[in-house]
Amino acid sequence: MRPDWGPSRWPGRLAAGVVGVLALGPLVPLLLAGVGRGLGAADAAALRFTLWQAALSAGASCLLAIPLARALARRRFPGRGLLLTLLGAPFLLPAIVAVLALLALFGRGGLVNAGLAALGLGPFSIYGLHGVVLAHVFLNLPLAARLLLAGWAAIPAERFRLAATLGAPVGPLLEWPMLRRTLPGAFAAIFALCLTSFAVALILGGGPRATTVELAIYQAIRFEADFGGAAALALLQYAVGGAAALAAWRLGRGVSLGGGLGRPVERWDAEGLGARLVDALVIGGAVLFLLAPLGLAAWRGVWALGAMPEAVWGAAGRTLLVALGATGLAVTLAVALGLRGGALAQGAGALPLAASPLVLGTGLLLLVRPHVALADAALPVAALVDGLLATPFALRALAPALAEAEARHGRLAASLGLGGWRRLLLVTLPLARPALGFAAGLSAALSAGSLGAIALFAGEGQATLPLLMARLMGSYRMEAAAGVGLVTVALALGLFALFDLWGRRARA
Amino acid sequence: MLGLEGLVLRQGSFRLAADLVVPRGAAVAVMGPSGGGKSTLLAGIAGFLRPEAGHVLWDGRDLTPLPPGRRPVGVLFQDNNLFPHLDLVRNVALGLRPALRPGRAERAAAEAALERVGLGGLGARRPAELSGGQQGRAALARLLLQDRPLILMDEPFAALGPAQRAEMLDLTRAVLGTRGATLLLVTHDPAEARRGCELAILVAEGRAHEPAPVGGLIDDPPPALRAYLGRG
Repeated sequence: MRPDWGPSRWPGRLAAGVVGVLALGPLVPLLLAGVGRGLGAADAAALRFTLWQAALSAGASCLLAIPLARALARRRFPGRGLLLTLLGAPFLLPAIVAVLALLALFGRGGLVNAGLAALGLGPFSIYGLHGVVLAHVFLNLPLAARLLLAGWAAIPAERFRLAATLGAPVGPLLEWPMLRRTLPGAFAAIFALCLTSFAVALILGGGPRATTVELAIYQAIRFEADFGGAAALALLQYAVGGAAALAAWRLGRGVSLGGGLGRPVERWDAEGLGARLVDALVIGGAVLFLLAPLGLAAWRGVWALGAMPEAVWGAAGRTLLVALGATGLAVTLAVALGLRGGALAQGAGALPLAASPLVLGTGLLLLVRPHVALADAALPVAALVDGLLATPFALRALAPALAEAEARHGRLAASLGLGGWRRLLLVTLPLARPALGFAAGLSAALSAGSLGAIALFAGEGQATLPLLMARLMGSYRMEAAAGVGLVTVALALGLFALFDLWGRRARA
Repeated sequence: MLGLEGLVLRQGSFRLAADLVVPRGAAVAVMGPSGGGKSTLLAGIAGFLRPEAGHVLWDGRDLTPLPPGRRPVGVLFQDNNLFPHLDLVRNVALGLRPALRPGRAERAAAEAALERVGLGGLGARRPAELSGGQQGRAALARLLLQDRPLILMDEPFAALGPAQRAEMLDLTRAVLGTRGATLLLVTHDPAEARRGCELAILVAEGRAHEPAPVGGLIDDPPPALRAYLGRG
């Protein structure tokens, strides 16, 4: 029970209300415009493709993550800590940059096809279902590996010792039960993420056989101005996304990303040469798969910096503005919700996970279109949508730190008569500063790399960096896109690093 | 004068009843077995726990509806008595006024209070840069400035060694004695109770008893305390 001398409740209620209005409000225009419009064959195909690619992507990510997480859990080697940190990075990597990186390796003019041509083999095309799945595995394998690694780390070291003294097989005794607990959550989380994938499908998918619902929404609005059809698709996406988010949330309770990733456990069952060799191959292969495309893209990007269009600087400025706006919104909402705690805050914090950028964007577009020129609303809408979608992650990063600050020093603050704003500014936020910096950095990086609502609204000279990249890649100006990609990554990761550093500078 | 009138405090399934009077200016040890309700009693008086029934009175005024910061009560907890991100001057000055930044006069008063507890010149340090004993002194300096007539201490020096604990207790009495403050001190240590307090409240079996002379209570303990003190 929350004590009545704790932080006041109304900011949390207000924040929950704001989240509710922002996440559910766009449903109203969608329902008004979309209900009663039947779904055509193309829409059904988009839904089938969306579900199928998400299932394949989540399945492949989880399957590949099992040997990777096992190898990381039982081996010590130089650079292990760095590798674990890098496994956290793809979450911040703009999806469009990941696509660009994969194109550098597997694309038409990429290294793989150059090699195949030298062997006299036909070109490999990355476009279509397998390309979409490849990109999703690239983006989500690290997440899956981290989730499973946390599961491995949660097995007490004593159990491995006990198994070793008994000569019992570790797999069926300890590892498989753990996987049975963690795999469903990891699969559901990645499935939900892949459902809302837009940037990947925009570049690598398309056409009647590889269009996701998100992409179909975008095409209905931008190419056909079919707002009713877009609304019907958005409702469909909201229903599917909501169900998946709910499932991920229910199944994910056995999954944690919490500590315990630090030290490998002493193991007696995997000392054989064969096991070592397998682990080395798995880790090496994963590193190569994850880093080679990025390294190649970075290398090309550096050489292409001169080939960037003039528009990149304006786009960088707009991206920065949107990211800062989104960060302000997400962090404010997360602080208010985190201090409130309880079921209301948890529910409000999870609600945006059901939404997607294109769905929210479509709803807002239907709302503002009669009143304002879309181009005028582009940047505020982008900041609003990005901020809302970042709120669950900011809340997750902040809530434990806020709760700890209150648990440790709430009574002292109350006994000194520190309440309201003064308590927040003098005690709670400074004590939670590391988490505050991390949450802000996370929100800023997610927004800076996001390609979503902005694609529906932006006019010719209004692109953000990810949208500029998508336009360049759409017209096969890969060199220019590579340069812009480097700027995009620098901005997204730079913002994250700056905020995070600010948070960690807290002494005490 | 502190009065607890038909006070009933409940934490989960635990219930504590108190009906007693503590004279003004007294130093009272609060003793009893672990889990007996000593901390619950202090939380009720400080305002961290809303009573199920009854009243907390100070000089006849009902404190029950007041939030912790508005009660004439200063508190020292077992730990976390200082904000780790603020220097000593700012920590101590918070005793005067819950302000974001202390004014010049408030800083001077905080420096003077630090001087009183033997921490002169250390005002710019943060708690982490101090020893446990020094942290306790800094918290005392804030109590000194707070000028609240009723002081509650919940095993405040539990983390210190015996010698330091005795020293802190003497300092506490010296500092508070000059102000005529009333002290309620939760302690497990009969010697500490004897050294620092003249009265003792026994808290056991869901009840806080009337204060009695500390010597009598320790020398001839009732059964509940006898078992706890290990002289069964």
